Amino acid sequence: MDILGKHGVIERNATLLLTLSLVVVCIGGIVEVAPLFYFQNTIEKVEGMRPYTPLELAGRDIYIREGCYTCHSQMIRPFRDETERYGHYSLAAESMYDHSFQWGSKRTGPDLARVGGRYSDEWHVEHLTNPQSLVPESIMPKYGFLAETDLDTNNTMASLKANVAVGVPYSEDAVANAQRDLVAQATPGADTSGLIERYNNVRAEDFDGDPKRITEMDALVAYLQMLGTLVDFTTYDAQANFR
Amino acid sequence: MHYLPWIIVLGGGAFFALVLSGLGQDAAFSAHWGIIAVVLGLGAIILMRRPEPAAVAAPVSRSDAPTYIDGPIRAGSILTVFWGCVGFLVGLVIALQLAWPDLNLEPWFNFGRMRPLHTSAVVFAFGGTALITTSFYVVQRTCRAPMISENLAWFVFWGYQLFIVMAATGYLLGITQSREYAEPEWYVDLWLTIVWVAYLILFLGTLIKRKEPHIYVANWFYLAFIVTIALLHVVNNLAMPVSLLGSKSYSLFSGVQDALTQWWYGHNAVGFFLTAGFLGMMYYFMPKQAERPVYSYRLSIIHFWALIFLYIWAGPHHLHYTALPDWAQTLGMVFSIMLWMPSWGGMINGLMTLRGAWDKVRTDPIIRMMVIAIAFYGMSTFEGPVMSIKSVNGLSHYTDWTIGHVHSGALGWVGMISFAAVYFMVPRLWGRRQLYSPRMVNWHFWLATTGIVIYAAVMWVSGIMQGLMWREYDDQGFLVYSFAETVAALHPYYIARAFGGLLYLAGGLVMAFNIWMTIRGRVRDERPIPTTALQPAE
Repeated sequence: MDILGKHGVIERNATLLLTLSLVVVCIGGIVEVAPLFYFQNTIEKVEGMRPYTPLELAGRDIYIREGCYTCHSQMIRPFRDETERYGHYSLAAESMYDHSFQWGSKRTGPDLARVGGRYSDEWHVEHLTNPQSLVPESIMPKYGFLAETDLDTNNTMASLKANVAVGVPYSEDAVANAQRDLVAQATPGADTSGLIERYNNVRAEDFDGDPKRITEMDALVAYLQMLGTLVDFTTYDAQANFR
Repeated sequence: MHYLPWIIVLGGGAFFALVLSGLGQDAAFSAHWGIIAVVLGLGAIILMRRPEPAAVAAPVSRSDAPTYIDGPIRAGSILTVFWGCVGFLVGLVIALQLAWPDLNLEPWFNFGRMRPLHTSAVVFAFGGTALITTSFYVVQRTCRAPMISENLAWFVFWGYQLFIVMAATGYLLGITQSREYAEPEWYVDLWLTIVWVAYLILFLGTLIKRKEPHIYVANWFYLAFIVTIALLHVVNNLAMPVSLLGSKSYSLFSGVQDALTQWWYGHNAVGFFLTAGFLGMMYYFMPKQAERPVYSYRLSIIHFWALIFLYIWAGPHHLHYTALPDWAQTLGMVFSIMLWMPSWGGMINGLMTLRGAWDKVRTDPIIRMMVIAIAFYGMSTFEGPVMSIKSVNGLSHYTDWTIGHVHSGALGWVGMISFAAVYFMVPRLWGRRQLYSPRMVNWHFWLATTGIVIYAAVMWVSGIMQGLMWREYDDQGFLVYSFAETVAALHPYYIARAFGGLLYLAGGLVMAFNIWMTIRGRVRDERPIPTTALQPAE
């Protein structure tokens, strides 16, 4: 066991110990994590994915702020029971614009990856305000304050710009019109032609049932209603994307 | 004015925080910096009102022992106990919230904001303070040299406490990155980076000017913990702030790459924060308390290098069956299973240190605490590899089984070894002949152990039960249970879990009282724990 006998050299040299430790811990990360950034097949080729609209993005920020991820996953695994319960298993492509990802790690509540379009806006508002009124067994906290709180739109454009900086392909047009698109999506009767042109498959309506103001409830429900609705699974080729 | 430079720094910091609060681009940012300004201002006022330290107060050094810098260690011992009780209390509250949702108080005290408060209070406030405190204690005594700078040590100590306060208040205000165990936002992360680099300089500098020829094995683990956490923290928190005067940022990575980066971080927060650092603790306090040398020097070398090499690979087991490519999942699983070996190498090295002194488990409640800590370490490092097997994980993932696993590691291993270290250090730091009450250590031991056993057992049952209910089909091929039915089924288990947590918290409060009375120099009038030698068999 001569090699262990030579370990004394490392034990006498703090800098060497530090350097070797750092080298040893870097190997795993380099071999395992780094390739995901350049392997072409990491993210499947799909049709329909687009960046979040400004209102959905604001809703997503609220989803993160309230720690929804601590109880809800957004990652359907390819099991029979999960795909029957929640829908098609989640693809990597579906979270390609998610900074940060919201896959979650615990299902105290159900998975939300495809909750979009499953319930009405009224259901969501009532459920968020008083979950037990619709699901008596639910242990979810109440979020009625979201309907009382006006959405802070001071940073709408800055949020899109920050997303552009980390690689989300918002067009210049989308960034310039961020504020207008946000208002148009949540205001009944507003001119949504620009919004629809910039974002495919978008729902524009009064989400929170209060047409007079744009609240945090509007934004959160807009986000929930689009979750998992973008990818067109009729054109998705699972075999071609086998990894 | 001994404290003048610190008062100026704190006062300046408070002013700076107030300016940021005024300029904030969003309400949360302004409120957060307002709180930070108050905290720093209070710090400055407390220092101003402190009496000047007497010039002759320098500790009398014995000629054979160097004078160690023990001030931050004393403060750290107290705060370790304090943060422990806070973390356990918040844990109990959120456990009760899951049993009775009416206990959620919107918006600040809803589960979603309280849960990161609990995890950070336990992992970073309790665990982190225990790690910094014991590393200061161990590095000086095993190097036979004081730390390179008392001011730097105090900066690391209080800087880290400021990080805790910033993180905790931020969560309640809704300031979070949503990255588990890395929730603090960009400016809090920047502050921690500064503190952590100072910690590395302090620790490495002390190692370099040691009086002992060899670096003791405990310090290898502490050093690996410090440097790896620096690496993980910086990479995982790379983000683009929306505004330099705003609380929100967007991660540099997205989707699948972001997920693996986060769990590369997340699993190694377990591996290096909650394992390597606490193994450093084990390698010092276990032999000291048992008055026996470490069982095997060679095993400690293999254990150390194998552990730090293998742990880094284990992250993908948090992402089994997700959209992460299969090759990465399988790689993570294989390394997670291999990790069982160095983990048990460490367990054997710790337990076998007691060879020839096993009777101390009966007579010394601190040794008993260390032994149960190592036993839980062994248990959870076996359970972990089992859960990393994909087919097992298919059942366990997203359920309470994971929560139970984490708690047998955190309450059993991290908690118990830290309690033992605090019980070891406090009488020595305050020059007391003994603890206020060794029997109360025993009470603490049984309260905590019973609490963990209840907790873990209940979570196994509820986790496996819910996992099975989710996938249960009837003979016609329909899913048997709706999601809401599986939630309702967990109600009794959530109450039982909260009871386990209550016992653990009660143990923490017993410790807090015991430590407090020890510091005050009291000794409890109690029947001593019998230490009679065993009679040889005839």
